[in-house]
Order: sequence, then C-alpha cells, then structure tokens
Amino acid sequence: MANTGTYCVTTATRTSRIGLMLMLAGVAFLSLTPVWGGRSDMRLVVEFCYFLALAQMWNLLAGYAGLVSVGQQAFVGLGGYALFVSTIFMGVHPLLALPLAAVVAGILALPTALIVFRLRGAYFAIGTWVMAEVYRLSFAQVSVLGGGSGQSLPINVIKSVASSRSDRELVVFAIGIMLAVASTGIVWWLLRSRHGLALTAIRDSEPASESLGVNNFKTKLLVYVLAAAITGFIGALIYLQKFRIAPDAAFSLIDWTAYVIFIVVIGGIGRIEGPIVGTIVFFILREFLSDLGSWYLMMLGLVAVVIMLKAPQGIWGELANRFDLHFFPVQRRLYRSDGQTPGGSA
Amino acid sequence: MDWINAVVQGILVGGLYALFATGLSLIFGIMRLVNIAHGDLIVLASFLGLVIVTGLGLYPLVALLIVVPLMFALGYALQRGLLNFTLGSDILPPLLVTFGLSIIIQNALLEIFSADSQKLPAGPLQTASMQIAEGLAVGVFPVIVFACAVVVIAGLQLLLYRTALGAAFRATSDDPDTARLMGIDNRHIFALAMAISLAVVALAGVFLGMRTAFDPSIGPGRLIYAFEAVIIGGLGSLWGTLVGGIVLGVSQIIGGKLFPGADQLAGHVVFLIILVFRPRGLFPRAMD
Repeated sequence: MANTGTYCVTTATRTSRIGLMLMLAGVAFLSLTPVWGGRSDMRLVVEFCYFLALAQMWNLLAGYAGLVSVGQQAFVGLGGYALFVSTIFMGVHPLLALPLAAVVAGILALPTALIVFRLRGAYFAIGTWVMAEVYRLSFAQVSVLGGGSGQSLPINVIKSVASSRSDRELVVFAIGIMLAVASTGIVWWLLRSRHGLALTAIRDSEPASESLGVNNFKTKLLVYVLAAAITGFIGALIYLQKFRIAPDAAFSLIDWTAYVIFIVVIGGIGRIEGPIVGTIVFFILREFLSDLGSWYLMMLGLVAVVIMLKAPQGIWGELANRFDLHFFPVQRRLYRSDGQTPGGSA
Repeated sequence: MDWINAVVQGILVGGLYALFATGLSLIFGIMRLVNIAHGDLIVLASFLGLVIVTGLGLYPLVALLIVVPLMFALGYALQRGLLNFTLGSDILPPLLVTFGLSIIIQNALLEIFSADSQKLPAGPLQTASMQIAEGLAVGVFPVIVFACAVVVIAGLQLLLYRTALGAAFRATSDDPDTARLMGIDNRHIFALAMAISLAVVALAGVFLGMRTAFDPSIGPGRLIYAFEAVIIGGLGSLWGTLVGGIVLGVSQIIGGKLFPGADQLAGHVVFLIILVFRPRGLFPRAMD
C-alpha cells in the first residue's frame, strides 16, 4: 500500500526519446531535399516515402493482425485507377482525388474482405492474390480506360496540380513526405490504442482473445479496410507521379507486394521500426545492384529466405533485442520511481 | 453441339488443372504447408523437360522418366534441407520462405532461359484427335492428360488409404507429436510427401509444356489455378480437387466463349462465387 505511489506505467524509454529525435532529424533531412538535392533526388525520396508507407501498411496487416496478404497491389491499382477515373471523367481536382482514392479503396476493401476472410492462414494469402488478379483482369476489359495497354493522364489534369513542372514536383514531394510520416504515425497511434491491444492479443492467440471479449472479425476488418484505404491513397500518389497507368503495372505483384514483403521481412516484421530499416536497406541495395536485373531479385529473395530462417525478427528485431531499442514503443512497462524496473513488461 | 464441345474441352483442361493442384492439396493435407512456389516448380519441370528433350533428343513423354525422378529428389531435398525448418505453429515462415523461393526460381529461370516462350515438341500427338459423336471430336493428348490425372489421383488414394506409408502420412497429419512417439520420423515423412508432390508437379509441368507455350513468368498463374481447384473441390479431398479442376476448366472455356478474352476472369469469378456460397468447397473433408 505504501509503495503504490512510487510505481508508474510508461511506454517511453530513454532510447525511445533518442530514437524519436533521430526520426525527426531524418524526416527534416528528407524534407529539405529540394534545398540540397536535384529533381532526381526528389523523385527518389518520393519513391522511398511510398515504399515506406506501403511497408507500414503491409506490416500492420501481417505483423500485427496476422493477415498475410499477397494482394495489396489490388489497392494500389484501385487507388491509381480512382485517380484517373475521377480526374478524367468526373473533373475532380487531382489533389482531391487522392483522399477520394483512399475512400474508394476502403469501400471496395469491404466486399473483398468478406470474400477473402473466408480463407485462413496461407489460403487467405492466395485468396487476396486472386482478388488482385480479378481487379487487374477487370480493368484490362474496360476499353474507355485503355484496356490492357492503359492510359495517360491528360495534360490539363496534370497542369491543374500546379502550372509549372517544378511546382508540381514540389507538391508531389510534400505529399510523399507527409504520407510516410502519417502512415508511420497512424500505425503507432493504432497500436497504442485499445485496438492495438486487441490486435496483439489476436496475433498471440485467436481463441484466447475472442474469449476475453475481443471481436476478432471486427478488429481484423477495421485493420484490413484501414490498410486498404491508405494503400489506395499511396496508389493514387504513385500514379500522380507516373502520369501513366496500365493494369499489369498498377496491379503488379512484384512491384507493390513482393518488394514490400521483402522490405518488411528484412527490416523486421511486427515492429514499426522494421519497415523503416527495411526500406533504407532496400534502397541501398537497389542503388548498387539494380543493374543486375533478375540477379537482384534473386538476391532479395535469398536474403529474405535466410532472414526468415535465421533471424525471423529481421534486422531491427535483432538490434532491438540486443540493445533494448524501441524507437516507437508500444509496450507498457512498469517502473519504480527510484529508476529500477521491477522486471517484465506487458 | 458447339456448347457440348466447349464443355468437353473444359473437362479435359480440368484434368491438367487437377494435376497442377494435386501436389498442393497433398502437402497441405499432410503438413498444412501452402507452397507459394508450387506454380514456379511446375514451370521449372517444364524447363527441365525442355533441357532433356533438346539435350538428349528424347520424346517429351519419354523424358518424363528422367524429369519425374529428378523432381522427386528435388522435393525430398527441398523439404529436408529447407522447408522442414519453417514448419511450426506460426504460418509466416513457410509462407514467406516459399514466396522467396518462388521469386528465386522465377528469376533463375529468366536468367538461364530468357523470357522467350518455349514449347515441348509433341509431334503428331499435338494434332491427333478422335471422333466421339457427330460433330464432336476430342484431342488425343488432352484425353491422355485427363486419364493421367485420374490415374494419379486414384494411385494417391490407394497410397494414402491402403499402405503403411499412407497410414504414416495420415497419422502425421492428424497429430505429428503422437506420430513421432509411435516411431515415425516426421522429417522423413514430410520430405517424402513433398517428393511425391513434386513428382506430380513434374508430370503436370511436362504436360503443360506439350500443350501450350510456356515462359518463366507463368508460374504464379498456375499456382492460382491449382489453388482455385483445391478450394473449389474442398480442402483435403483429392477427388474433390479433380472436380475443382474440371469446374475451373469448364468455367474458363465457357466464359471465353461468351466474353472473348475473359476466360481467366470467368474462372476467377466462378471460384469467388463458390467461395461465397460454399466456403468449404464442394466436397469438404478437412477442417482448417
């Protein structure tokens, strides 16, 4: 009784405060790209940002909700096509089309979820892939959107973003940075909320969490739809930068899911820092090795296989376990006010 | 007559799809492993067939005598050396490791054989057909493929339910821990299951190569067909898998006739409809 006042529950640690500072410094550095870099650097940073955002979303699904999707390209493609359809045929302003794409992807995620949620585990994975194929083949049938060969964004739509090219690139760049920060922030916020607790419980044991009053289906559906909506937004941004869309590229398994899976596995699945580390490693490898073409993909696959077998928590998992690093703490720890931890965390 | 013809063609194509699917169904039944690289292994078998046919000048069906044992051995080694280490209560490792494997196989094939499409020379069998009724002819080769599918599935049923090895397979599937207490070496049993799975894959791959053109990129598509056949038929039922393959084949051919160019889409849509109304497939056997 006398002691209760001297304990406190907290999620932050000293390394987490340092880590957060480091992250902010990183964001500041990337945000200043237009100052220190050229156009190609800005493009690269935007690409970095959307891969990071895609990885955060895939990690949220697979690492926290146990929903291993191999079909996230469905929502990238849907987001991209939502941008094209709404701007070309409905006259929506491109910047307004981005959140609209998120809404469209989120709404279409509902029927998609009702179908794929009937499958468990690995079959769920292939089910999501079939859904992505259905979307790809369906868009290839729509001739007003250019069918299988695709379509370009008309010049007047492009000009309506901003009149000069450098302004347009600046706009896309700014949205990219915000997207990367927001997707990381949303995952962090979600995991610290009661939904995060429910998710962790589901991941650890579905029957146990259900018996404790967690609605597994609703929690998973929430996460799936949220991830789909944000992935749709990312898709729209990707195609606002690319200006041209075609079904095979927009619904590409390799580009929008395989790379992303490798990023998360290499960086560390089930940790918010994992996608960040993974994306950095992915871009470093790509800068040096992408000339090797298919060898590069083979190596990525090999690295992912080895990591899955030897260090299933990825690079960040290994580091975090060794040095007790948590840049985005979601665990609650019990502290005594004299600074000693009375053990265990929950 | 046109429609009957389409249905018959669809059923025969279904035989090939059943061959794609049997291996997937078998290893899922025995060790709850879903092999994402399954489709790429089918294409790998087609390319192995190509190497042997061009290298040794053998007829593709004769080349099977080499391809099947090779894939059998590869399956055993793959399971023993790699996939056994991924099995456990967590579904992520097997899924991600076979996914990585799929990308590795695809790109290795691309590096070795380039993206050109290839074909195994089937000779006169390519065009041989027989008249069943007035206006209804079927190709001899598709009939052979379908018959092979039936024989393979019947053989696997016999193996599973009439032999000691089959009993060991089923015991390990039901309860791996107790099976081990009874003196069964799970690692060996799983490796044998994967070996048999890839032996069937070898058959499927060579038939695929004789029937249509193939290139390194088509593996994932074959995996999806196999997966759909398994789910339509119902998990754990081999005969169900054959029916699943037939349903898929008929849907594709009829869909392609109704909406040209939409044959794949039609197959997927029928699969989704069945998934919505009969989520456990037409002949469910296993839970999970």
